[in-house]
Amino acid sequence: MSAPSTTTGEVGTPPAPPAGTSPWVRLATANVLWILLILIGLVVAFTSIQPNFLQPFNIRSIFADQSYLIVLAIGETFVIVTAGIDLSIGGVLIFSGVIAGKVMLALYHGQSAVGATNASWPIIIIGVLAGLASGLAWGLLNGFLVAKAGVPPLIVTLGTLGMTIGGSYLLTGGTDLRGIPTRFTNLIGFGTVGGEIPYQVVIALVVAVACGLLLAYTRFGRYTYAIGSNAEAARRVGIGVDRHLLRVYALMGLLAGVAGCMNLAHYTTTTIAGHTADNLGAISAAVIGGTSLFGGRGTVAGTIIGVLIPATLASGFVIIGVNPYWQYVAVGVVLIGAVYLDQLRRRTRERN
Amino acid sequence: MKTFGRVHALRGANFAVNPGEVVALIGDNGAGKSCLVKCLSGVLQPDAGQILMDGQPVRIESPLSAMRMGIETVYQDLALADDLEASANLYLGREILKTGPLRLFGVLDRARMRSASTEAFADLGIELQDVRAPIVSLSGGQRQSVAVARSVVWASKVVLLDEPTAALGVVQRAHVLDVIRRVRDRGVAVVLISHNMPEVREVADRIEVLRLGERVARFRSADATLEQLVGAMTGALHQEEEQ
Repeated sequence: MSAPSTTTGEVGTPPAPPAGTSPWVRLATANVLWILLILIGLVVAFTSIQPNFLQPFNIRSIFADQSYLIVLAIGETFVIVTAGIDLSIGGVLIFSGVIAGKVMLALYHGQSAVGATNASWPIIIIGVLAGLASGLAWGLLNGFLVAKAGVPPLIVTLGTLGMTIGGSYLLTGGTDLRGIPTRFTNLIGFGTVGGEIPYQVVIALVVAVACGLLLAYTRFGRYTYAIGSNAEAARRVGIGVDRHLLRVYALMGLLAGVAGCMNLAHYTTTTIAGHTADNLGAISAAVIGGTSLFGGRGTVAGTIIGVLIPATLASGFVIIGVNPYWQYVAVGVVLIGAVYLDQLRRRTRERN
Repeated sequence: MKTFGRVHALRGANFAVNPGEVVALIGDNGAGKSCLVKCLSGVLQPDAGQILMDGQPVRIESPLSAMRMGIETVYQDLALADDLEASANLYLGREILKTGPLRLFGVLDRARMRSASTEAFADLGIELQDVRAPIVSLSGGQRQSVAVARSVVWASKVVLLDEPTAALGVVQRAHVLDVIRRVRDRGVAVVLISHNMPEVREVADRIEVLRLGERVARFRSADATLEQLVGAMTGALHQEEEQ
């Protein structure tokens, strides 16, 4: 199979291209290409107005600031492809960060004013693992309630959003944890590979490649699409639909745990109040990137572009001197436009 | 026999189907056709009675166990994953994985599934313009052909078709009937449920009439007239002995 078609043409392809299509035609009719063109158009527009936009520093900071959201939005893509939704991700992110921080602080004996700033790598690693485990546990709870108890995902994850945010406030007494180990924050938070690529970006990239391959090329990915497309059909051929949904929500939880640790390192504190709208950011990114809220369609590549479009707008507006609050308006327009196009396409198909 | 509470949905629905034969089950609404098919496809369990396969009594506990026995069902509603391509639907739940270390990650061998699907479709006289196109972009007839193909490709013994042509136009219907004949010619036993009398007489070798959960008549389809069939379905005609 030829490379250009496989990453984008697999599921995001709109109504049948004519017979015997070449990979290039297939690519041209893929959603991801159009979203990519919009992103490139934005970058060109901002650069032509203000050449500073393409400065490496600016590009690096766009990517570094969005890395945790890319990780969340990729998980959300899997969930939405199954025709589900996860609103709890921001809460799970904070909760996992709090757990990781608490464990690091507790393991480090010098419980002084400086916190655990001098803690060694074993303590940091145990803390990170605890954070990841907490994310996974919340994901399993979401998955269990959705798949086995049959509660609608919107309600389940709205409930766990409240529980995780409330839990984070209870665990911390309402004040953000301080004294996160500096070895951890210096490397994962601010460190770069070769002085160029931030570790935050590297982590997001690893997650993106692994999850992109998982969704596009494996049986796990195919079941994810099949369930979102027609869960009853999947059940009839013997696919363990409930078990698969549990795994998808667990994956989302784990990725929220990863994002929680990235966030903890990046801001050197737990930022309890800072992530309540992450779910909207991740859902918009997935939807802008071509993931259908009705399930069955979506790609990791599209979602990453879907994260970068709002980020580019925000950064671009600042650089060209437009009031940055216009970003929210612009993203709103793009989001509604994306869903409208999806609806339009569905209606055309049904008419056939 | 199958009862729902005090309703006897099936009582004495005795019938047989042989390899390489198309048997049509006809009957008015509520005669128990779909219920009988559900018992045979493992969706429902009969409360009494026996299912024999190759002369041996079998228990069909779930759709999955039916599939393992070589019994496949084409449902009234298409039951395809619309966003997936035809070959992905054909291999849904039976994916071919790559060999070697990639197998551990569950990596699909899409090229093999696509080429095998194209062959399987061609065998059944189904031509798809583009095997990679998602099902949703196919015409109604093609979709139904894929749904039928998915079942018959895997059926080694029995194919159950519940109103496979209900939603189709004339040409598409002819296509599906053609697929049914090809399946029969491979030596598979075909059970066809339909409301469409001309269609039944055209494709079936034998017609079994159900009424209120009972098999009330049996015809060789060459002999049956429309009046006889309708009479048996509505209870106007009584057939004491098998013809």
